[in-house]
Amino acid sequence: MLKLGKNDLGVFGFVVAITLLAPFLMNPFPEGSALAQFNAGYPDLMQRFVIFGIFAIGFNILFGLTGYLSFGHAAFLGVGSYAAVWMFKLLTMNIIPAIILAVLISGLFALVIGYVSLRRSGIYFSILTLAFAQMSFSLAYSVLTPITNGETGLQITLNDPRVLDTVNTTGNLPVTGLFGLEMRDTATLEIAGWAFQFNVGFYVSALIMLAAFYLSIRVFRSPFGLMLRAIKTNQNRLNYTGLNSRPYTLAAFVISGMYAGLAGGLMASMDPLAGAERMQWTASGEVVLMTILGGAGTLLGPILGAGFIKYFENIFSKINDNVLHGWFNFMPDFMENVMVTIIHPFVGKGWHLTLGLLFMIIVIFLPGGLVDGGTRLWKRLLTRKQDNSSSVVATTPAK
Amino acid sequence: MSKFVVNRRTLIKSGAVAGVGLAMPTILTRPSFAYTNEPTGSSVTLGFNVPQTGPYADEGNDELLAQQLAVEHLNGEGDGGCLNTFTSKALKGNGILGKKVTFVTGDTQTKSDAARASAKSMIEKDGAIMINGGSSSGVAIAVQGMCQDAGVIFMAGLTHSNDTTGKDKKANGFRHFFNGYMSGAALAPVLEGVYGKERRAYHLTADYTWGWTQQESIAAATEAIGWETVKNVLTPLASTDFSSYISPVLNSGADVLVLNHYGGNMINSLTNAIQFGLLDKQVNGKDFAIVVPLYSELMAAGAGENIKGVYGSMNWNWQLPDDGTKSFVKSFGEKYGKPPSNSAQTCYAQTLLYADACERAGTFNPCGVGEALEGFEFDGLGNGPTLYRAADHQCFKDVLVVKGAENPTTAYDTLEIVEVTPRAQVEYAPDHPMFAGGNLGKCNPGA
Repeated sequence: MLKLGKNDLGVFGFVVAITLLAPFLMNPFPEGSALAQFNAGYPDLMQRFVIFGIFAIGFNILFGLTGYLSFGHAAFLGVGSYAAVWMFKLLTMNIIPAIILAVLISGLFALVIGYVSLRRSGIYFSILTLAFAQMSFSLAYSVLTPITNGETGLQITLNDPRVLDTVNTTGNLPVTGLFGLEMRDTATLEIAGWAFQFNVGFYVSALIMLAAFYLSIRVFRSPFGLMLRAIKTNQNRLNYTGLNSRPYTLAAFVISGMYAGLAGGLMASMDPLAGAERMQWTASGEVVLMTILGGAGTLLGPILGAGFIKYFENIFSKINDNVLHGWFNFMPDFMENVMVTIIHPFVGKGWHLTLGLLFMIIVIFLPGGLVDGGTRLWKRLLTRKQDNSSSVVATTPAK
Repeated sequence: MSKFVVNRRTLIKSGAVAGVGLAMPTILTRPSFAYTNEPTGSSVTLGFNVPQTGPYADEGNDELLAQQLAVEHLNGEGDGGCLNTFTSKALKGNGILGKKVTFVTGDTQTKSDAARASAKSMIEKDGAIMINGGSSSGVAIAVQGMCQDAGVIFMAGLTHSNDTTGKDKKANGFRHFFNGYMSGAALAPVLEGVYGKERRAYHLTADYTWGWTQQESIAAATEAIGWETVKNVLTPLASTDFSSYISPVLNSGADVLVLNHYGGNMINSLTNAIQFGLLDKQVNGKDFAIVVPLYSELMAAGAGENIKGVYGSMNWNWQLPDDGTKSFVKSFGEKYGKPPSNSAQTCYAQTLLYADACERAGTFNPCGVGEALEGFEFDGLGNGPTLYRAADHQCFKDVLVVKGAENPTTAYDTLEIVEVTPRAQVEYAPDHPMFAGGNLGKCNPGA
């Protein structure tokens, strides 16, 4: 029914399973245990996992397939967020119009930026996109403040018109929803010390992410995807065959911009605030890291990379000295202090350092990212199994 | 090429899958609590959300030290600090409402997004019942809005924008720190005394909510004493070099430069201004002057020699002679070996005020706590008699006018107190035009 190949169906099934079961998988440790610090199964972080997953999947369509490295992708995410928040302010708190507008506006934005930037390739293209993104950031930050509210960020207020919604008399800010289903609504399942949280916003984002992922598989396997790969392999040769490659790159750029807009719109739908720092170059760099860390050009890589980075940002940054002392207090005082001093620079405000080290290790030893690591592990397991069963399998000759 | 065909069978199949997925959350039971994160065990968790990286990291880390000290004092460890001088005697040093106080920390990165994510994880994952901290008004306003939605109390840290308790005020948010209007009201008479009535001021302003509202306040206050505002130039928060903004000042005919900058911005712009020799100039027959409306000890330390004789205002200073200040400075100094900054003091006071309000209300319910804080009058935390006004959740207390010391003896007395401006002089009506347009809304207990 999905029109996917056997391998792709496996990957898709795997992603469906881990996303829908995320509230269980992300909460492996019981509440109150020392390791509960490492649990990531709370709504906000799970939403971030899938939303940044969408962002990275979209980025991978451009970078993984065509090899064009955009260093300004966060601009589309930011534009999407602003568009969505404006819909919440003017039209309704329902997330559907917000998401649709976010995707459309960021698509238009990508069309304009892509039309100009794609006249160059390689490093020049990267610099052009970076320049455009920084320009958008500066505009949002200090020039277009009536639209973006500058550094404070655009927020919804009680006095917004919201023409489609009924008049709000509660005195509280309205919450984003989907036909009465509130995004922040969370149900908790408590089983013997574990508390699993099921959040409406997470499941809405997760379903959208799965749809986006499915679409990206179809793009990867389509003739259009093949054309994009040809561009990555050798654009000059492609041009010499008399084929104009720019419409293809532009289409890929716009698609991936729309993915970013979708992620931005969803982010605003989960938490109706849009800040200029979402467009900063560091945010653009982050999505590049996610994609490379997970494995550029692979289907699964970007999602894994996004999860990996967001996990470090949110979990490691919260480990403070108090927590460390808690872990090591079974040791004698002297040892405890030594251990805390050693680990201290790598957690809390030093989470960037840990992430940087891991990034270096992965890039040096696993050039294909986490996916590469996974496949190597899988192959090794397979060969060991074959050795054990000592069955004679025709070995494929080296190519 | 494959085609995506939808027929009746696939439609029903995918519909069923989607249906099951959507129905999942509703099948489960929902625990019924009276309010968000109602503490059920023997401890209660507070969330300390401060910038540990980024331009305001120094302030943030100082705040964190003070918050940890406050938790110790609440739990009856250490010397008790301000619990001994606080006029409300509800706190007994046995935690809050008999529950031991624990805390979690997070990094705001001085970014609204990151700050909200960090605060959310404290609320959703760690079960924090109150969020305290912040060192930028943009971040404070963003986190305050989030706490209102989530149904927890936000005790603002260092935030000086009029908007925090003005147009962006929220029922669940409370601010102990003073604001731009109060700085203007306190500074203007002192400036009049020192520099006279006929001055022409040139403003450089950080381009965000705090800069805008402070500039507006200072301009209004100085115009009331007869000064003229020549020009206001907005500078991006991320700037590090202000030379290009300083040179036009020389040709503008202005004789006072007002730097509505904070943190690293202020250090750089002041240093640039000194390098251009502004303070040695004579314009309109008067000595050129520089004013920095919002000072902090950490900024003063960063700017070094350059702040000598430069006037500004503060919420609190460790050199104040009252008992509350003395006992806080003593506890802080003994533990960390340095005097606390004014951002540390405001976070310490906010944590105690929250705990005290819970004790008096007899509950952690944000609505009860809010009621206990509204209209609360207290003393003994270092700022003199203070009122938490019910109409906008802003504290009213004396404001300090300070100037860069001419002959500092240590690294910590670089600022000297010129005047303690009495509370009556910095008060304003809740519907003052600079604060209008907001709405507290109703307290939200969540759940």
